[in-house]
Order: sequence, then C-alpha cells, then structure tokens
Amino acid sequence: MAKLMYRDAIRNTIFQEMQRDARVCVLGEDVVGGMGTAGGPEAIGGIWSTSTGLYDAFGADRVIDTPISESAIVGAAAGLALAGKRPVAEIMFADFIGVCMDQLWNQIAKFRYMFGGKSICPAVIRMPCGAGYNAAAQHSQVIHQFVTNMPGLKVVMPSTPEDACGLLRQAIRDDDPVIFLEHKFLYGMSGEVSDDPDFCIPFGHARLARAGLDATIVAAGMMVGYAEAAADELAKDGIGCDVIDLRTTSPLDEETILDSVEVTGRLIVVDEAPPRCSLATDIAALVASKAFASLKAPIEMVTAPHTPVPFARELESAYLPSPAKVAAAVRQTLSYR
Amino acid sequence: MQMNREALTRAYRQMKLIREFEERLHEEIQTGEIAGFTHLYCGQEAVAVGVCEHLSERDKIVSTHRGHGHCLAKGCDVTGMMKEIWGSQEGLCNGKGGSMHIADLEKGMLGANGIVGAGSPIGVGAGLALKIDGPDGDGKLGVAITFSGDGACNQGTTFEAMNLAVVTKAPVIFVFENNHYSEHTGNSYAVGTANDIASRAEAFGMKVWRADGTDFFAVHDCMREVLDYVRTPGNGPAAVEFDTERFFGHFEGDPQRYRGPGEIDRLRATRDCISKFRDSVTQAGLLPDADLDAIDTETLDVIETAVKASRAAPRPTAANVLENVYITY
Repeated sequence: MAKLMYRDAIRNTIFQEMQRDARVCVLGEDVVGGMGTAGGPEAIGGIWSTSTGLYDAFGADRVIDTPISESAIVGAAAGLALAGKRPVAEIMFADFIGVCMDQLWNQIAKFRYMFGGKSICPAVIRMPCGAGYNAAAQHSQVIHQFVTNMPGLKVVMPSTPEDACGLLRQAIRDDDPVIFLEHKFLYGMSGEVSDDPDFCIPFGHARLARAGLDATIVAAGMMVGYAEAAADELAKDGIGCDVIDLRTTSPLDEETILDSVEVTGRLIVVDEAPPRCSLATDIAALVASKAFASLKAPIEMVTAPHTPVPFARELESAYLPSPAKVAAAVRQTLSYR
Repeated sequence: MQMNREALTRAYRQMKLIREFEERLHEEIQTGEIAGFTHLYCGQEAVAVGVCEHLSERDKIVSTHRGHGHCLAKGCDVTGMMKEIWGSQEGLCNGKGGSMHIADLEKGMLGANGIVGAGSPIGVGAGLALKIDGPDGDGKLGVAITFSGDGACNQGTTFEAMNLAVVTKAPVIFVFENNHYSEHTGNSYAVGTANDIASRAEAFGMKVWRADGTDFFAVHDCMREVLDYVRTPGNGPAAVEFDTERFFGHFEGDPQRYRGPGEIDRLRATRDCISKFRDSVTQAGLLPDADLDAIDTETLDVIETAVKASRAAPRPTAANVLENVYITY
C-alpha cells in the first residue's frame, strides 16, 4: 500500500498501464501542455496533473496533445479503439460533453451493438466533473445522469484514491467504452492505494462504506464523502446507516441496494445532479418497484435544485447537497410513523 | 501508369458490382420488403473503386450514410451486406445495423455512419493508430481514409478532424465526393467557397488534389500520388476532392423535385463512370467487349444469388434485441 492523492492514483495507473500494454495511448487538450510554446512540452503536464510525465516517458505518438476540439478528441478515441488501440481520452471539463455528444452517444456507445457484436470499442473517456470550486454554470456540472441513460456506455464514479486506481485500471483493460467521471474536488484527497500492478475493481459491485441497521444512504462520487460524514454524525446519536458507494452507475449493483433496504426499510439517495430524471430518481424507482414491502418510510432524495450551478460561494454551497442535508434527510425518514 | 489486364478487369468488376447492387436495391425497395432508410451510391462508383483498389487490409476506411459502394470496394461480403440491408440475423451486423451502419473491421472497414460528418474524426483516430504502428518493412505507413460528401464538408467535426490530422501529422486522406447535393440542397448554395471543397482542406494546412470523379483513371492515378505522399512518414494528411454525380435521390423515396428538366438522363448519358471506363478500355483495345459483357452477366448472377439468399435468410427474434450489450436492465 502507498498513500497517494486521487490525482496521482489516476496518473500512476495510466503510466503503469502504458508501460504494460503498448496499445494504451492518451489524448486530450493540454495532456502534454506547453506544446508550441517557449516553455516546451510538459510545461504543464495536464491541467489536473493527471498526465504529468507521460509525454517524456512515452513520446508524441502515444501521448497526443490535441487542439481544443472535443468532437475530434472523442472521435479520434473511437477511431483509435476501432483500429486496435486502447485510448484514454481526457475531456478537460465534463461540462464540455455538449460539444462532443454525437461522438459519445451516436458513435462509441453504439458500435458494438450496431455492428452486431463484431467490434469492440475499448475507449476510456475521462471527464473531470462536479462543483465545489466556484467555477460557475459551465465548469461545475455532473453529467452521470445523461451517460448512465446511454446503452453501451459504462459509467464510473470513483470516490477515493484507491477506487480511482482500481476502477481506472479496470476501465483501461475493459473492452467496452467507459465514461470515467473524476470529481474535481477529490483530486487532492489522500488515501491508501494498492501497489499491486494488476489491482482492478470489477464494475457493478458497490462498496459498503459504512454499515448500520437504521437507514440506507446511496451515493456516488463526491457525494459518498458527504454520506459518510452524515453517517458518522448520526452514529453519535446511536443512528446506524449503511452507506453504499455505487462506484459504477452502469452497470448498477441493484442487489447491494435492495439487500440493504430490506434490512433498514429506509432509503436516502444523495445525488449532485438536479432532481428530475436523475440517479436519485432512478434508485428511488428501483427500490419502490423491487423492495416496496420493505419500506417503512417515504424515500428521501437529497439533490441539487433544478437550477444551473451558481457562482458565488454562498450560492454554490446552498446549491450542493451537504452532510447536514443528508443527516436531516435521514432524521426525516426516521421520524416517519 | 498503365494498369494490366487483371487490374482493369478487377476495377470494372468492382464498379459493376456496386452499380448492380444499388440498381437492384432501387427496385427491391419499391416493393416495401426492405425496411428503413437507404441511400444509393450509383454514379459515384469510380471514386470508391479508384481509391480502394490501392488499399490493403491494413488500411482503414470510414464511410458515410451512402456507404454501400465503399463497403463493397473495401471487400465486404456481397451477400452479407445484402442480408444486413434485408435485416436478417445472418447479415453482416446481425440485422442490428442496416444500410447505414454496415461495418467489417477485419476488412478495415470501420463503419458506414448515419451522422453526416461523424466519420472524419474517427478516421483521424484510425490514422493515429496506424502512426503508432509505424511503417512496414517497405518504410510506408498504413493509411486511414475518410469519405465525406459536400454536405459533410460543412460540419464542424470535419473541420476539427482536418486540423487535428494536420497538427498530429496523422496518415489520413480526406476524400471529398462532391456530388453537388447535400441531401436536397445544391452546393452552390451550401458550400460557401464557390463549390470548392479542396481549398478548405488546403486552408487547414494540408496538400490537396482534385480530379474528375466520373473518370476512373483520373481517380486511380490521382490516388496513387496521394497515397504515396501520405504513406511517407512525417508528411501527414492530404485531401482530395472528386467531382462526381449522384444518379438517385438523397434517399430512396426522394421525389427529387430539386432536379432540373432531363438532368438525370443527361448525367447518365454524359457522366456515367462505368460507360466512360468501358468506352475507354474498348476503344484503346485493352479489354474486348465480350470480356466486359461476361462480367456484366456474372455480376447480375452474384446479385441475384445475394437477393435470393437474403429473402430466405433467417430473421432475428425478439431475444436478439438484448444481445451485444454488456448489460440490460
């Protein structure tokens, strides 16, 4: 085990996979950084420091610094994958999905099915996402709710450095396209990470982050930490919560959610997205249709409001879910008679 | 460069195969037996064949919604394609793709595409993969070819792809088939550079060629030069604009009210790449009429066999809907 930051777990995993497999290559805006400048290649090394050193180690053919052209980045990843490579593409902010939606939705998500199962498309599209930096409406959004709805894409939301490592390695070795959603606010998070060069976390298996008998809190990405903080606070009052970290929203680990709710009878879903047609509504519908008889109280959903992400510190804090909002929702379900 | 008898015969056979495949579909679609949207390639055969006759299986192509010609020229199985268009479980894509999504990765055919302009960046990615692979023993790179029309030349994806290919020096050839119509709109209206697509590619910083796309020999000769250039490591991409003609509508069922009086008859009489090829090789005494007639007959037989097989082929069932995805809910 080694103590690593989330961003370094990602960078190291890409580095190790590029060493292990000559088919793995990286592309995106400023993934080298400094190309065509006085500072020269690697002057930046990726604005999130998730690709530092890759260019020096693997060269320009495999570490492809691209112009600001999101459609071309995802399209090129699609072509690289169809031609036998394992591209790891970076879209600098997940908000830019609007610019490359066709390549994501109509191309890479559909090849395997549309071509009758006779092709694979092992592309990883990394998308730093989420609020917390006061980056306002076009640089703060989560997008898991769109991509989870797209058949053919696998959607990953790591919540810890260890998961970032194990899930990214799984993504790179996976034969299907994977949308890898790194929460920007987690990049500086430290944690123990396995140094096993083959450490992979299989998709579709949720992690039980806290265990308790009174309520089930389901979350993903940055919301897992909020759920854990709420559970720790509630534990002081003798309230025990299961905190389920989904890890992947597609495939979805239905079994872990349903098993937990059958014991606790109470469900709180925490989602950074706005409330309609979201992960929160999806999990609520799942439990309502498959564990209805176990429910002892209405399902609580803690989500962002149905507004764009606001800029000012006070407004963004009010916009986001928080440990306090999660704890209040748990108490609400427990007060139901 | 002079082509030998075998190469001439093969080129004619390939063009004829595409022509008869499409002419037969034009008839069959009118019976209602074939579902969905179909876009026919008749009139443009010299481009697909003049390009693909130079390629090996290592080379990749990315096609368009008007993709049957590119698929056949790159070696996709005739009956497998016909079955796919019929929606059979035995089709090249098990009936999941249809006319607009035929692909055969083993042949280097990375897919037709229902989205205009979507193939260009995919082609650049394939070119970047071939650049990673590096040159073969002969010192030459594999190439990726993206076919686009005058419609796709107006899509942002095409611009992004051209710039990305130039800055990464990807071995990609942007083949623009200017058939003068983007769907139902003339290129004199829709292409702002006075019908000139190649100048756009040139402005992105790549070398460009132009040739008459209804003259097989012009296409074939031009592509020899283009390929020699792009296969040379370090040169990067190139673009070619072929002036060509679309004999049918945008899609089958298109009433084509935008055509001028007698336009299609005139195009078929004066701009038919297959008639022009035939006149040229027979007048030069390179191939006798009898040989070409024999190819015509053989081709009709091949198409008849493919249609019969498609009619009789097993249909997919509801259970097949859930195949070829990693998970269903």
